[in-house]
Amino acid sequence: MFTLLAAASWHSSIAQTSPALSIAPPAPVTIKRGGEADLKLKAEVRPGFHVNSNAPADEFLIPLKLTWPKEPIEAEQISFPKPQFEKYAFSEKPVSVFSGNFEIVTRFKAPANAQPGSVPIAGKLRFQACNEKECLPPRTIDVRVTLNVQ
Amino acid sequence: MSKIASAVLSIAAVAGLAAMSGCGSTTVRAAVKGDKDRKAAPDFMLKDADGKTVHLSDYKGKVVLLDFWATWCGPCKIEIPWFMEFEQQFKDKGFAVLGVSMDEDGWGAVKPYLERMKVNYRIVLGNDKVGDQYGGVDSLPTTFLIDRQGRIASMHVGLTGGKEDFKNDIANLLASSHASVHAPGSGVLAFFHRPN
Repeated sequence: MFTLLAAASWHSSIAQTSPALSIAPPAPVTIKRGGEADLKLKAEVRPGFHVNSNAPADEFLIPLKLTWPKEPIEAEQISFPKPQFEKYAFSEKPVSVFSGNFEIVTRFKAPANAQPGSVPIAGKLRFQACNEKECLPPRTIDVRVTLNVQ
Repeated sequence: MSKIASAVLSIAAVAGLAAMSGCGSTTVRAAVKGDKDRKAAPDFMLKDADGKTVHLSDYKGKVVLLDFWATWCGPCKIEIPWFMEFEQQFKDKGFAVLGVSMDEDGWGAVKPYLERMKVNYRIVLGNDKVGDQYGGVDSLPTTFLIDRQGRIASMHVGLTGGKEDFKNDIANLLASSHASVHAPGSGVLAFFHRPN
């Protein structure tokens, strides 16, 4: 019974993990009032699978999307890496995807009048994963980070 | 073994299966089951593109290819032309394809796709409840072949086998169940399990 409870506890501690894509818990980011700071999210796609990039070529494909709340600290820019263009049996033209390990960089900008201290922020990462034979339903996972405002 | 130990093992087994399914799915192509091993296909009530209500039990007496799919599913796109061909080839022999779209965005996403692909068979909009009735449908495409008696004869998870495998299975089901099923209205019809 202890094993089951421990397993349940372990699962709840990896809330940022999903079957096909996982995000390493990000380290706190220090940001100065009125300044900017970058957060690097390290993503890993399960071997054999891919997720659509942030700009898939087909209108029916679900793009990778990272969103952050506008307050109290705004995400000024979100940068995705250069995608891979892979040809699959189901696609007439190459599909824009991410696989393996990749980074998403968010540039936060703190207001000049921001209160110093720790600011927890929760973003959402939406993705949809497939391999050559099957697709998994789209999922949204929480991404939590602490911004230390100085 | 004590009852407590037995219960713990049972929970562990279920938890293990749940964990395995959560770790991602594996493609499965199950051979057509023997007559005695088939279970009733859960009935459902869903809407088609014209807003008409569709029950699986409306298809009693027919062999049905029930395909769970979505517009964002690339591998599903490979199978759809096969299923269109089967619909055309076997519809007069007591066969029908029924597609269950699992698109969260509803007909706004599905209708343009159906037009693009020129789908010739009926599509209904699915939901998690129906997916759960069919074992979760965590991976698309997931396709069931249902015999004339309304029983699940085989299940394909992912793009498994090929067009000829499906075609042979359909032909065999049409041939094998033809003699044993009475025509609709004759008194002995397919039964479908209607969940509570």
